[in-house]
Amino acid sequence: MTTTVTYDGVEVGEQLPHRSFPIARADLVRYAGASGDFNPIHWNARFAVEVGLPDVIAHGMFTMATAVRLVTDWIGDPGAVVDYSVRFTKAVVVPDDEGGATLDVEGVVAEKLEDGLVRIDLTARSGDDKVLGMARATVRLS
Amino acid sequence: MPLDQSFVGRRYPPTVPYQVGREKIREFAAAIGDANPAYTDVEAARALGHPDLVAPPTFAIVLSMRASHQVVKDPALGLDYTRVVHGEQRFSYTRPIVAGDELSVIVTVEKIRSMAGSDIITTRGEIVTTSGEAVCSAYSTLVARAPDPLPETRVPS
Repeated sequence: MTTTVTYDGVEVGEQLPHRSFPIARADLVRYAGASGDFNPIHWNARFAVEVGLPDVIAHGMFTMATAVRLVTDWIGDPGAVVDYSVRFTKAVVVPDDEGGATLDVEGVVAEKLEDGLVRIDLTARSGDDKVLGMARATVRLS
Repeated sequence: MPLDQSFVGRRYPPTVPYQVGREKIREFAAAIGDANPAYTDVEAARALGHPDLVAPPTFAIVLSMRASHQVVKDPALGLDYTRVVHGEQRFSYTRPIVAGDELSVIVTVEKIRSMAGSDIITTRGEIVTTSGEAVCSAYSTLVARAPDPLPETRVPS
């Protein structure tokens, strides 16, 4: 594994470049196909409302995959991610309109561990909602 | 409806082997909108030290979710899948998944509990190669949301 960021070169408290990711209905359809998760709450508004949701919501796993892009872009080698965990705190509602949803992700170097390991804490928001909690990625840096 | 607690501790046999393919990795990367060349360009992946295309950090869900259906879609468990939302997820990697891997998942039911009428189940999927090498552990917590209160019992807001 070869990372562009090095263990010696990072400091606790360092912010990763933040990103805003647009999410449209079509993205959820494509992700359903790629992941094999065809739960209709992620593409069928009638079904989503029937089961008590306000509208179609993004796959939690889609949000999880999107948020960690901050980390993989920063380190270069995605194979250097050795641990990644999240809680899904709020659903990301994806309306069927021009705007869709927007996922705003920030990351900070939270801890430097042994063995070249560094923990990054992520926050992800959609509008005013914090959609991921305890989102942490551990990476092994060169 | 409470879940069947006797499921806790159950360990399932390894799933049918899954061939991790370059095209599936490329498809998954495109679906998450990530143009990182390690996911699409074999030479770029090898330049980073990997034997072939490397899978994105959440790719393991393709295997682990299907494997967990052995548990969560078992009618004997009593889980209402129409009310299920994903509560938590974790991946812990021994090494990255790469194209060419032949992987099976061994599922264990770790925990079952109820909270405020919602049923919560945690499963662990150990992803191993068919030659027994540990690659990744995937931990998934699903929540079957409590039924909506009947109209006459709802507290006016």
